[in-house]
Amino acid sequence: MSVIEARGLRKQFGATVALDGIDLDIPAGRILGLIGPNGAGKSTALHSILGLIPYEGQLKVLGCDPWQERDELMRDVSFIADVAVLPRWLKVSQALDYVAGVHPKFDRAKAESLLAKTAIRRGSRVRELSKGMVTQLHLALIMAIDAKLLVLDEPTLGLDILYRKQFYDALLTDYFDRSRTIVVTTHQVEEIQYVLTDFMFINHGRIVLAGTMEEFETRYAEVTVHPEHLTAARALKPINERQVFGRSTLLFDRVDRRQLEQFGNVRTPGIADVFVAVIGNADARQAGG
Amino acid sequence: MSNSESTAMPDSPQPLPGARADGTPVSGTAALPWTRLLYWSVLRELWEARWIFIVPLIIVGVVLLGFVTGLVRVPLPLRGDIKLSALPPQMSRVLEAPFEVASAVLMGTYFIVALIYCLGTLHGERWDRSILFWKSLPVSDTTTVIAKASIPIVLLPLISFAVTVFTHLVMLLAGSAVLFVRGIHVAGIWAQIPFLSMWAALLYHIVTVHALYYAPIYGWPLLVSGWARRAAFLWAALPIVAIIILEKLVFDTSVFAHMLRVRLTGGPAADSFTSHGNLNMHVPAASFASHGGMMLQTPTLANFTVFLTSPGLWIGLAVFALFLLASIWQRRRQGPI
Repeated sequence: MSVIEARGLRKQFGATVALDGIDLDIPAGRILGLIGPNGAGKSTALHSILGLIPYEGQLKVLGCDPWQERDELMRDVSFIADVAVLPRWLKVSQALDYVAGVHPKFDRAKAESLLAKTAIRRGSRVRELSKGMVTQLHLALIMAIDAKLLVLDEPTLGLDILYRKQFYDALLTDYFDRSRTIVVTTHQVEEIQYVLTDFMFINHGRIVLAGTMEEFETRYAEVTVHPEHLTAARALKPINERQVFGRSTLLFDRVDRRQLEQFGNVRTPGIADVFVAVIGNADARQAGG
Repeated sequence: MSNSESTAMPDSPQPLPGARADGTPVSGTAALPWTRLLYWSVLRELWEARWIFIVPLIIVGVVLLGFVTGLVRVPLPLRGDIKLSALPPQMSRVLEAPFEVASAVLMGTYFIVALIYCLGTLHGERWDRSILFWKSLPVSDTTTVIAKASIPIVLLPLISFAVTVFTHLVMLLAGSAVLFVRGIHVAGIWAQIPFLSMWAALLYHIVTVHALYYAPIYGWPLLVSGWARRAAFLWAALPIVAIIILEKLVFDTSVFAHMLRVRLTGGPAADSFTSHGNLNMHVPAASFASHGGMMLQTPTLANFTVFLTSPGLWIGLAVFALFLLASIWQRRRQGPI
C-alpha cells in the first residue's frame, strides 16, 4: 500500500484551478521532490495531503482521509508547511513541553539532544532567535517525532546556504531511515537533488513528469559541445540548448551516452535545467497548438 | 488491522527487511486522552495571553493605592472602639465602599479582558502564521476552539474570583495597618463588614452572570476573530450596530438593543439582587451613582431556581453553542492570513 494515494485529486479556488486532477502513488521509504514554478499547485497538493484544505477526488494518506481525519493523521505525519511558523511568544522549553504533551510519538530526549548541538537556549523565546535558529528548533521538534510521513514545504526559504545544508544533512543522517517517507518542495532544487530518490514536475496543476532519480540519471544527459560538433549534436534533437561561457550546453533526453561522449564531457544535468526544458517545451507546444 | 487468522496463515508473505511500512495501512497510532490534549491546549493559551494576568493585577494595584491613600487622608474624629454606623458618612465611604468598588472594577476589567482575548485569539494564530504549526500536531480543531472558549467562560471567571478575594484580603491588611497606626481598634470595624457572604454572593454572580449568562457575548467575538482578516473589533461591532439602526428605522422599535441591555446587565441572574434598589449593577452610571460599588446580596436557592429556569439563560447557551460550532467549522478551513 502507498503512503499517499490519490485519484483525480482536484482543487479549485474560485475560477482558478490549482490542482487539475492528479494521481499519486507514493510508496514508503522514498524522498520525493515536488518541483514546479510558483502557482503550479505544489502547496495546494501538500495542503490537501495534510488535511488543511478540502479537495475533490480521492485521497488516502496512510489509509486516512486527511480532510476528515486530520488530527488522527497528524499522529503519524509531521510537516513544516512554511518557514517561521513557530509563534514568536513561545519559549523553547514551552515548545518542548507542549509537543511532548500533545504528541504520542514525540521523543523529548531526542529533541533535547538535537537542540544541544545548536546554540539555542532553553529559556529563549522564538522572537529572540535568528531565522536559522527558529528553523533548527522546528526541525529538532519535527525530527524527534517518530512519524511515517514528513512533508516539507519550502522548509529552508530565506535561510543562508550554511543552514540549508545543515538542514538536509541532519534530515538524511538523523532522520531518514528508509521506512519513512519524505515529500519536499523547494526553490533551491539543485541543493536537494542528491537527497531525492524520486522527483515529480508539476505545472498548471498537473503532473508533467515523474520518476525515480535513477531513471532521471539514465534518461537525461548534458554535454558541453565543441563548436565543430555542434551541428552533429543538434541532429540528435536536444531538448534544450543554452550558452555557458560562449560554449553551447545541450540537454538530451533518452540519447545513448556513448553517442554523446564524442561531443564532449557527458554529465547528469541539474534537475532544474531538465525542469525548465520540459516545462518550457510543454508550454511552447501549448502556445503553438 | 489484521486479525489473528490471517497472521497465523503459514503462507502469508513476510514483509521484506527494511520495508516494514509496506503492505499495510501504516496509520493507527493510539490517541492520547482528550483531557490531556485539552489541558495542554489551555496551557498554551495562558502562555500566549500573559497579559490577561498582568492587566488586572495593574488594576488591583491602582485600587489598593486609592484605598490606602483614602484611609490615610480621611479625617478621623474618633479614637478606640467604634461602630460603622457611628462613623461619619465620609469615613464609612472610604472604609466599606472600596471593597464593593474593588469587586465592580475587577469584574468590569475581566469582562473587557475576556472580550479582547476573544477578539484576538483565533485571529492571532492566523496573523502570525502559527496556525500551520498548531495544525501540524495531533490536536483537533474542536479541542483547540473549546480550549480557547474555556478561557473567558471558565478560567477568567475563576481567576477573577480569586483575584478579587485576594484584593479584599490585601485591602483588609493594608487598611488595618493604616487604622492601627491612627489609633483605631480595627477588629471591631472589620467584624461589621460581612466578608463571607460578600464573597459567596460574588462567586454566585461570577458563575451565573460572567460564566453562564455572558457565554454568547464571548462566543460572538470568538467567531468573528476566526473569520475577520483584520479589524476584528469593527467586524464584531458592525452587525450589532447595523441591526439596532435598521430595527429603529424600519420598525421604530428597540427590541434588539433591549435584549443586549438585559444580557449585559445579567438578566435573570441579576434580578435577584435588589441591593439598594438597584437592578442594573453592571451599568456603571447606575451602580456608581447609587453607592459607588457593587453590593451583592447573598443568593438564595430560590434565586438560583429562577435563574436556572429562565429561558434567557438557555437561549443564550444555545446561541453560544452555535457560535462555537461555527468557530470549529471555520477553523478547520482557515489558514494563515
